[in-house]
Amino acid sequence: MVHKLTGALALGAVLMLSTSAFAQDKRVVTWNADYDPIPLAAAEALIADFEAANPDIDIQMTNFDHEAYKNAIRNFLTADPPDLANWYAANRMRPFVEAGLFADITDVWEANGLKDALASSVPSASIDGKFYAIPYTYYQWGIYYNRDAYKAAGVEVPGPEGLTWDQFLANCEKFKAAGIDCVTTGSSALWPVAGIFDYVSMRTNGYQFHSDLAAGKISWTSPEVAAVFENFGKLQPFVTANHAAIDWQDAAALLVQGKAANYVMGNFAVGVFKEGGMTNDNLGFMVFPEITPGIPRAEEAPTDTIHLTSGAKNPEDAKKFLAFMASAEAQTKWNAAVGQLPTNKNASVDAADPFLTAGFQALSTATGGIAQFWDRDADAEYAKVGMEGFQQFLVQPDQLPAILDRLEQTRLRLYPQ
Amino acid sequence: MAEAAAKTAPRRWSQRSIAPWLFLAPGLIMFTIYVLWPIVESVTLSFYDWNGLYDRDGNFTGRFLGMGNYRELMTDPAFTVSLWNNLKWLVLYMLALPAGLFIAIFLNQTVRGIRIYKSLFFFPFVISQVVVGLIFSWFYAPNFGLFYKLIESITGQGVAVLADPTLVTYGIIAAGLWPQIAYVMILYLTGLNNVAPDQIEAARLDGAKGWRMLWYVVLPQLRPATFIAVIVTVIGALRSFDLVSIMTNGGPFGSSRVLSYYMFEMALGEYGFRMGYGAAIAVVLFAIMMVFISGFIWKMWRDERER
Repeated sequence: MVHKLTGALALGAVLMLSTSAFAQDKRVVTWNADYDPIPLAAAEALIADFEAANPDIDIQMTNFDHEAYKNAIRNFLTADPPDLANWYAANRMRPFVEAGLFADITDVWEANGLKDALASSVPSASIDGKFYAIPYTYYQWGIYYNRDAYKAAGVEVPGPEGLTWDQFLANCEKFKAAGIDCVTTGSSALWPVAGIFDYVSMRTNGYQFHSDLAAGKISWTSPEVAAVFENFGKLQPFVTANHAAIDWQDAAALLVQGKAANYVMGNFAVGVFKEGGMTNDNLGFMVFPEITPGIPRAEEAPTDTIHLTSGAKNPEDAKKFLAFMASAEAQTKWNAAVGQLPTNKNASVDAADPFLTAGFQALSTATGGIAQFWDRDADAEYAKVGMEGFQQFLVQPDQLPAILDRLEQTRLRLYPQ
Repeated sequence: MAEAAAKTAPRRWSQRSIAPWLFLAPGLIMFTIYVLWPIVESVTLSFYDWNGLYDRDGNFTGRFLGMGNYRELMTDPAFTVSLWNNLKWLVLYMLALPAGLFIAIFLNQTVRGIRIYKSLFFFPFVISQVVVGLIFSWFYAPNFGLFYKLIESITGQGVAVLADPTLVTYGIIAAGLWPQIAYVMILYLTGLNNVAPDQIEAARLDGAKGWRMLWYVVLPQLRPATFIAVIVTVIGALRSFDLVSIMTNGGPFGSSRVLSYYMFEMALGEYGFRMGYGAAIAVVLFAIMMVFISGFIWKMWRDERER
């Protein structure tokens, strides 16, 4: 209820803003966003650029609190739709597309050659061949490691080419002997475990398997799933104990303090590691090790998107702005300010940031595909039950048959065969 | 004259019958809008499958399921876990009664600065449940929590209560008991003020003391306080939500869910937005509460009539 209330309050604020807005001869495009301070400043800079190039258009952005936005969007899309709204790609946008609240912008994609420029995001921005989103940023996932912890345990620090699965597990044995957690995570919010599971799953069976599993097309009793959990089980003894009681930031502290060596995380965590005192000298990044040889490498890179709403009052100018957000220049600028990766392949990243360059490299060479992350590729309810299963497996590996049985029951209920 | 009397009589009659309704009206209207109407809405919604969205023309997008949501609840393991946890809450929360009574009796004396002690004991009830939850989650926190360190120094192996699926609910209930005991204590303290001193005196002359004095003389006089304490404790246990939400979000893997939290998760949580299913859970919770509420109302009704 509290959430709903803040949503309603925010909605009230929007209504007041939009009525008091100065109505001159400029054509207004309204945009509801959910930015934290740094991305907000970057977005405002982009708006200024756009307005300078299009003096007759006035972009009016209303920024929401990030968490409150998730509820607010459900209200404002029907009650008082803005022209543009922030949201996420893949299955996360599906309910709004199916309710007819997000507009089809296939014409924007075609008119601006985006199918080529944003090629890696085509699957996540479209549903049934129609485009509903402009992806403008994403960030890589992978293994962040503490070089000092490697040295303390007398383990050779991984090179830029990363490790093999066997090397990684062998290192874990050494870390365990040295009293250091080989892999850390903080799963009290559930989603961090999905990152580990997704990687084990994609490295064991490939991208298509991940995608089909998230779509409920694969049985949890299949031998492929059994293989995933066998590999997951090899990692299980080396994961920080009590991870279920801590947040991902608490686990980041373990990595910073050298109590843990590796952390399967998204690039947004780099800021937290650096605030904790790590530098480019002792913080390292590598892609998750290959497990089944020869499978094309797939990576996780959740994408943030902007959408045109069906109730937009000024769709023509809004589409102009969408095309601008898809452009290489805009994406280079926004992502450089925020420290994330542009989805436009012609955009450039800050060469001085080793994590961004490594991420850009990892994603642009990921021939297997780009996954959105378990909770965006899978339907919300299915995602939640899955993540609870992954977390339980990491705590109680002996409960695997019961976990798989529960997941399979859920799958059969949600996706009747 | 007779005509006038005949005229005024019905008027006075109607004035008398309307006045109470007029006085009741604000309350009744509020009650209808904010209590009865939402109940009807929830029950109706519980027969639908709806993700909370209206389409762009403002049409309801739900699908009628009949008893489908309730059938699903029957086989939903998460619902069973929540129900059991609610039962644990209900039973263990009752510990607040003896503990509150004990502290109340202990504090019911006149020494220097007793008011300060009373306020200190009452303090946990005054602070927000959110703060209580935060304090306790730090208390239990692995690696640096006081409780964790304490267990570690005794047994050599720390216990992360909030990560352990079997202990987590008890850990949260312990946190909830802290303010609840303070609440019950205050109820009993005011009750103890009203205990008739002459009866205590008489009992003392007859040689009653200790347990027998408590059981046969003091407790019967505390019955009204006990009654209220039971009611607030039952309701407190059933609506436990804040602590679960603050301390664990229902985790690890849903082991500490209670009905109210599960309802929130299903209807309004990040992975939820199953309004109908959430409403069905709410209806079940309402039915359970109704058992206690009816008992409460029935007793009040009986007491009123005896008077």
